[in-house]
Amino acid sequence: MIFDLTDEQKMLQETVQQFVQNECPPTRLREIFDGEQPHDPVLWKGLVELGIAGLAIPDQYGGAGLEMLDLAVVAETLGHGAFPGPFFNHALAAMAIAWAGSDAQKEKWLPKLAAGEALATIALSDPAGGWQPEDWSLAATDTLTGIKPMVPFASVADVIVVGVAGGGLVLVEQGASGLAFETIDGADRTRRFDEVSFADTPCESLPKGAEVSGKLRDAGLILLSADALGGAQRCLEMSVEYAKTRRQFGVVIGQFQALKHQLANMALAVEPSRGLFWYAAHAFDHVPEDAVRTAAIAKAHITDAFMQVARDSVEAHGGIGFTWECDVQIWFKRAMFDRSFLGSPARHRARCAELAGW
Amino acid sequence: MDLSYGAEAETYRETVAKFLNENWPLDEKRMEELSYEEACDVFRRRAIDAGYLYRSIPQKYGGAEQAPDTIKANVIREEFSKKWAPMEIRGIGTMMLIPTLLERGDEWMKEKFIEPTLRGEITWCQGYSEPGSGSDLASLKTAGVIEGDEWVINGQKIWTTSALQADYMFVLVRTEPDEDKHAGISYLLLDMKQPGVEVRPLRQMTGTLEFNEVFFTDAKTPKDWIVGKRGEGWNVSRTTLKHERSGIGSTAQTDMQFERLVKLAQETPLDGKPAIENEEIRQRLSVLEGCILSHKYSGYRQLTKDVTGEDPGIIRLMTKLYSTEIGHQVAKLAMDIIGDAGMLGAGEARIGQGLKSSQSWIVQYMYSLGIAIAGGTANVQRNVIAERGLGLPRDAAADRSKTS
Repeated sequence: MIFDLTDEQKMLQETVQQFVQNECPPTRLREIFDGEQPHDPVLWKGLVELGIAGLAIPDQYGGAGLEMLDLAVVAETLGHGAFPGPFFNHALAAMAIAWAGSDAQKEKWLPKLAAGEALATIALSDPAGGWQPEDWSLAATDTLTGIKPMVPFASVADVIVVGVAGGGLVLVEQGASGLAFETIDGADRTRRFDEVSFADTPCESLPKGAEVSGKLRDAGLILLSADALGGAQRCLEMSVEYAKTRRQFGVVIGQFQALKHQLANMALAVEPSRGLFWYAAHAFDHVPEDAVRTAAIAKAHITDAFMQVARDSVEAHGGIGFTWECDVQIWFKRAMFDRSFLGSPARHRARCAELAGW
Repeated sequence: MDLSYGAEAETYRETVAKFLNENWPLDEKRMEELSYEEACDVFRRRAIDAGYLYRSIPQKYGGAEQAPDTIKANVIREEFSKKWAPMEIRGIGTMMLIPTLLERGDEWMKEKFIEPTLRGEITWCQGYSEPGSGSDLASLKTAGVIEGDEWVINGQKIWTTSALQADYMFVLVRTEPDEDKHAGISYLLLDMKQPGVEVRPLRQMTGTLEFNEVFFTDAKTPKDWIVGKRGEGWNVSRTTLKHERSGIGSTAQTDMQFERLVKLAQETPLDGKPAIENEEIRQRLSVLEGCILSHKYSGYRQLTKDVTGEDPGIIRLMTKLYSTEIGHQVAKLAMDIIGDAGMLGAGEARIGQGLKSSQSWIVQYMYSLGIAIAGGTANVQRNVIAERGLGLPRDAAADRSKTS
């Protein structure tokens, strides 16, 4: 029985953590969060140089060919740092092309995506609401007309993987005719998105799109749950740190039992669920019979916990916690993204009940 | 990740299974001759000889004396469970006293008490809590003084499980009244069957009688029935032996509770259809399953660390609180599913005695609170997580040196 990260995974995590600490400390994070530019190419380039852009891309196309758990521990670390940028959407889009693309499509895109020479994103939301393949309503032929509401980093992406009616996937390239973006004022300013509209926009089908779109959703659910675990852990750490330094009545407030118990409850919401995203990621590659359902449970459970812990964290900081100046709000809003993107916890719990045959 | 126990463990599993096939149940004739308890005793002796039970206890005290191996211990537990074979006697004597004696007891104590305790020939109760000393246990006041060759003990203990049946008690007593509160306590052994000991049962909210008050009026015990030296009792009571912990990583109980809950939801009608078809019930079951699975994989994490001998970290401090929280949630949802039956009394009912399903959940609804309180209340667990796990300072009010 070995239910733990491998030494390689721990090293990968440490490397990324070091990078985040050095290149994106809270001061830098704050500049990006408050800034107008949706994307910081310098930070992204740094991650690319670590090989992060191609982690899950097969090695024949210049990637590292690693598994979901490797990707998930990176997502956890980036969530811990509220790292701004397109890691999540780029990784999902690359997997979609690797799993569903024709040889020509793979040859064309994967080496560039692995090397960070091109940026990719995914358009999986539906204008009528809903994120699941069965919810997608945009009809695709050789062209695409309609809108996709919440597409991360769409305006700076070179290629967009779009979910279409019937659960299929198509590619749309930047610069295609009829393609337009409207910036959305999202709460989470570490992962900006646009509303994308298509007007007779040329698109190219990914041949196996309909076969893999469920799997693509599951990969997204796992990465979001990992991001949420890292973010929740950070909220807990910030709150504990504050409780150890803030003084009232002549003592640090962390000495008061009311606050101690709140912090213990936060820890109880975070730490036990670490194994849940590990297992979901492990099952994704190795336990097919558990993969779909565990991904749904992990997403529902951990993103819900992140939101709650972020709320508790604001409370634990008192008045300062409610200010724009306090960093807790950055993670609070990251939790809002993780919780809603790809469908709410309630939506995935309903799926989980259905999948159990209840 | 490798979620199997490995090839070596699977070979071992076959050996255990073969032993069980040959030894449990005993052959038909012997099962008829013997009472169930006698048959269990015969089986346990064989299982000890084969190295399967009381593995951490030396052979000279009746144990199997095997090298610690968490995986083997888990394999044994799994195989024994499958065959409903008798396991180790799990009482306060085997779980608390024997490890303490092995670490701190005099040789004569080990010889006199360990083997009869693990065979179930003598039973123990634990004299720790007092009416005025609950979470602040070290403030205890039951007094012991030496008179001639004996300790003479006066005072009162409370919440003493099985005191009525027990032959002996291990008891914390204040013997050095002039010392600081922790340094004034000694750990004594005491015969329960004597005139100076009076046991009064306490009735629980479930209606059952499991624990008691114990009054000492000049109760006596020999001078040398002390474990450790005078004034070392606090530390002796905290002795934990580095023995194999076969329960590590097991979440069988919460898994089983959840399975029963799902079954209840499938079988109980709500608004004219099975409760499990109700959207709110489905949501709440799924919420709970998130916790159940988190608990399960946290168990895997701890088992892994136990095998490699690494510290599992803060998760180690959470097991009790997390599983009792799950227990509450499971019982609460069950109460909502059974509806009006939730107004009925639990009577003298005990869990698992062939009760109607709804009634057993009423017992569970109350019992889950008892579990949350016993062995350190949920709030004490939160203190432990905050102080030892998160490194927060100790409570300002918890002055560690005063007895009152």
